[in-house]
Amino acid sequence: MNWSPVNWGSAEAFFAMGGYGFYVWSAYAVTAVCLVGESLLVAKRHRDARRQVGVSHEEGNP
Amino acid sequence: MTTAAAPLRWFRFAAPAPFYALAGRLVPWCWALCALLAAVGLYMGFFVAPTDATQGDAYRIIFIHVPASWMSMVLYLVMAGWAAVGWAFNARLASMVARAIAPTGALFTVLALWTGMAWGRPTWGAWWVWGDARLMSELILLFLYGGFLSLVAAIDDTRRADRAGALLAIVGSVNVPIIYFSVKWWNTLHQGASVGIGSAPKMASVMLTSMLLMTLSFWAYAFAVVFMRTRAIVIEREIGARWVEAAA
Repeated sequence: MNWSPVNWGSAEAFFAMGGYGFYVWSAYAVTAVCLVGESLLVAKRHRDARRQVGVSHEEGNP
Repeated sequence: MTTAAAPLRWFRFAAPAPFYALAGRLVPWCWALCALLAAVGLYMGFFVAPTDATQGDAYRIIFIHVPASWMSMVLYLVMAGWAAVGWAFNARLASMVARAIAPTGALFTVLALWTGMAWGRPTWGAWWVWGDARLMSELILLFLYGGFLSLVAAIDDTRRADRAGALLAIVGSVNVPIIYFSVKWWNTLHQGASVGIGSAPKMASVMLTSMLLMTLSFWAYAFAVVFMRTRAIVIEREIGARWVEAAA
């Protein structure tokens, strides 16, 4: 296995991805947005559920 | 007289309250693992793996496309498995876990399709091809996830909803081997298996390693999110139980 890093040459070359930059980065961007978004939504769902417990307690529920 | 040893409580975590606590402790570790694996996998994928001879740098989509696709299939089977357990043993926590898996499985299916399109356009010349066996069966997987979520949401009685969802999930499981073998059984645009049990991988080892690290990262992500969502569902369903007041 060759462990020496690929030499992109410049940041521009890295973002260009050999001409396929649009496809590669849009794929990665959407993935990142979706995964981060899902985690935030799940955290919110849990928070809201815990808040409901507090509310139900205030309303006199045992 | 000797004291009997305490029996091993194998099903301790089949109850919502102990599971809630355990999952809560595991979630941060899952996130840590996810981040670490992704950092190493992406570094290797972008800075160590060489440019592909045929596809240039477009192939680097593989490091999210294959992991997402594998997760979409694995999560479906796991979801169906827990739904079946929930039905067969009347174990409501198992059904809650199945419901928790569905949105994440659906999301990975969407990502598999999206990244697949982004890869297909520059390499095959087409964003999408109707009638291609793998693309169609993966799309059907998305409909199955959506169907499961819609069905359980539509039935008011929670346990009846769980059982109906379990039936859909179990029957739909046949689609997963279809997706997997589609490239072997039909003439598809999608390439054949490069990695499989029982044969040497037809892929450069650095590329393969990066891909496997990203798969494990997505798996750790799935554990984290599914555990978090299960905890939310447990609270939603068990609201009113005394332990919830203390734990929430």
